[in-house]
Amino acid sequence: MTRRRGLYWIAQHALAIALALIFIGPIVFIGLTALMTDEQALTSRLWPDQWNWGNFAEVFARSELLTWTLNTFVYASLATVFMLVSSIPAAYALSRFRFKGSKVAFLVVISAMMLPPQVVAVPIYLVWARLDLTDSLWPLILPMLFGDAFSIFLLRQFLITIPRDYTDAAKVDGCSDVRILFTVILPMARPAIAAVALFSFFYCWNDYYGPLLYAGVDQENWTLSLGLASFKAFHSVQWNLTMAATLLVTAPVIIVFLFAQRVFIEGVTLTGVKG
Amino acid sequence: MAATRGEGVRALLWLSPWLVGVAVFFVYPLLSTVYFSFHRYDLFTLEFIGLDNWRYAFADSRVGQSALNTLWLVVFMVPAQVLFALGVAQLLTKMKSGAGILRTLFYLPSLVPMVAGTVAFVYLLNPATGPVNQALAWIGITGPDWFGSAAWAKPSLTLLALWGAGNAVMIFLAALLDVPKHLYEAAAIDGAGAWRQFRSITLPVISPVLMFSAVTGVIYAVQYFTQAMIASRVASGATDSAGTSFTPGYPDGALLTLPQHLFHTGFRDWSMGLACVHALMLFAVSMLFTLVLLRQFSRAEAAS
Repeated sequence: MTRRRGLYWIAQHALAIALALIFIGPIVFIGLTALMTDEQALTSRLWPDQWNWGNFAEVFARSELLTWTLNTFVYASLATVFMLVSSIPAAYALSRFRFKGSKVAFLVVISAMMLPPQVVAVPIYLVWARLDLTDSLWPLILPMLFGDAFSIFLLRQFLITIPRDYTDAAKVDGCSDVRILFTVILPMARPAIAAVALFSFFYCWNDYYGPLLYAGVDQENWTLSLGLASFKAFHSVQWNLTMAATLLVTAPVIIVFLFAQRVFIEGVTLTGVKG
Repeated sequence: MAATRGEGVRALLWLSPWLVGVAVFFVYPLLSTVYFSFHRYDLFTLEFIGLDNWRYAFADSRVGQSALNTLWLVVFMVPAQVLFALGVAQLLTKMKSGAGILRTLFYLPSLVPMVAGTVAFVYLLNPATGPVNQALAWIGITGPDWFGSAAWAKPSLTLLALWGAGNAVMIFLAALLDVPKHLYEAAAIDGAGAWRQFRSITLPVISPVLMFSAVTGVIYAVQYFTQAMIASRVASGATDSAGTSFTPGYPDGALLTLPQHLFHTGFRDWSMGLACVHALMLFAVSMLFTLVLLRQFSRAEAAS
C-alpha cells in the first residue's frame, strides 16, 4: 500500500516536472535563437555556436522598437488610469445600492463584456474617422473614460464580498457616499483594484486588434504588437532578430508579473466566479 | 420603499458615465450596424440596397469556411483547453513541495503577449528548422508541416492555446482547493477510489466553474482573431501595411474566422455594409452563448 502510494507520488511529480519543462521550453528556445548568428538561426542546430548579444541592439537599430514601446506604454497607462476613474464608481453603485434595475444593469455589464469587439467596429470607426482621430491610438484610449465592462464586472464581484455592516456603520455616522467610497471601500478593495489595473495594462500592452484597426500605416503610431507582427516580414530570413524582438516585447510583462505575482493569481481566481 | 428610490437616484448618478458609454459604444453602434447592413457604404457613398449584402454574405463561401473553422475551434480547441487545464490543476493539488514554482511556470506562458507567443510558435513549429520537428526526428517521426498545412494549422493553434491555458489552470486550482476536505474523507471511509471521488465529489462541486470557463471559452473562440491572423501572416511571410494584399486565412483558408473576414471586408476592402452583415452574424452567435452565461449568473444572484 505504501509502496504503491510512493510510486504514485513519483509518477505525479515526474509528470508535473515534465509538463513544466515543456511549458517553459518555448521561452528557452526563443532565448537561444535570439542569441544566434543570422546563419545559424537558419540551421537546425539548437545551441548557439557563439552568443550574439548584439542582436538586441540590432533590433533597436533596425526597427522603430523604441517608438513602439513608448506608444504602447502611453496607450496602456492612459487607458488604465481612465478605466479606473470611470469603472470604480460604476462598480461601487452596482455593488452597494439597492435599486430597481440593478440586476438588469449587471446583466448589461456581462453582455458588454462578452460582446466581440468586431461587432460594433464599423459604426464606431466611422465616428472616430469623422472626428479625424483615426491613424492614432486615441480611439482606444478615450472610450476608457466611460467604463470598461470587464473591469466593472471584476470590481463588482469583489465589492459585493465586503459585508454591508461596514458601509452601514459609516452611513449611521452620517458619511456621504463619496466619503464611504474613499474611506471604507477603496482601502478594502485595494487588491481588486490592483488586479484590474494590471489586467487592463496588460490587455493594452498585448492588444493587436485595436491598434491594427486604428493606428494606420505610419509606423510612428504603431504599438509593439503591430511592429512585432510585421517584423518577420520585413526581416524575413532573420529568425534570430525576430526572436530577439519577441523576447524584448515579452520581457517587461514577465518582469512585472514576477514582482506582482500574488495580485495576479488573486485577480485571476476572482474572474473564475462561482456562477 | 422611499429609501430605495433615493438610492436609485444616487446609483444613477454614480452609473452615469458608464451609462453614456453603453449608449455610445454599445447601443448606438449596434443599431447603426443594422442600418448599414442594408446599405452599400465605402466611406464616401451611401446607397440603400435592401437585402443584397445579406444575400451575398449567405452565398459567400468564405463565410461558410469561417463558420466551419470556428465550429472546429468550439468542438476541439475549447474542450481540449478546459480538460487540459483541469488535468494540470488536479495534478498541482497533489504537489506538496514546489507547488509555488510549478504554479508560476504553468501560469507564465499565459502572460506572453499573444502576438509574441504566436510568432514564437510559428518558429518552434517551423517544419525545416524548428526544434519541435527536430525532436520528433530524433525519435524517428517525420513531423508535419504545422502552420504551413491546411490540416495541421488549427491543431497547431490548439497547442498554442494549451500553452496559454495558465489562466484556466489557476481558476480551476482555486476551485479544487475550495472543495471541502471532509467530503473526501467521508468518501474514503466508504471505500471510494480516486476516480470515484473525482466523479462524485470534485466534478459536481466545481461544475459551475467548469461551465463558466467552457462558455466564456466558446465566446472567445467565436471572436478568435489575433492568433489566427498572426499565424497566417508570419507563416506566409506577408505584411499588412495598407495597400498590400494580405488575405487572412493562410493556408488555404484553414485559419479564416469570421472576425478576420469582417475586418478584411470592412477595413481593407472598405465594403462596410457587407462587414456589418458579418458583424450581425457574429453578434447572433455570441449572444446565444452569452444568454447561457446570463442565465447562470441570474441563478447565482437569486441563490445568494
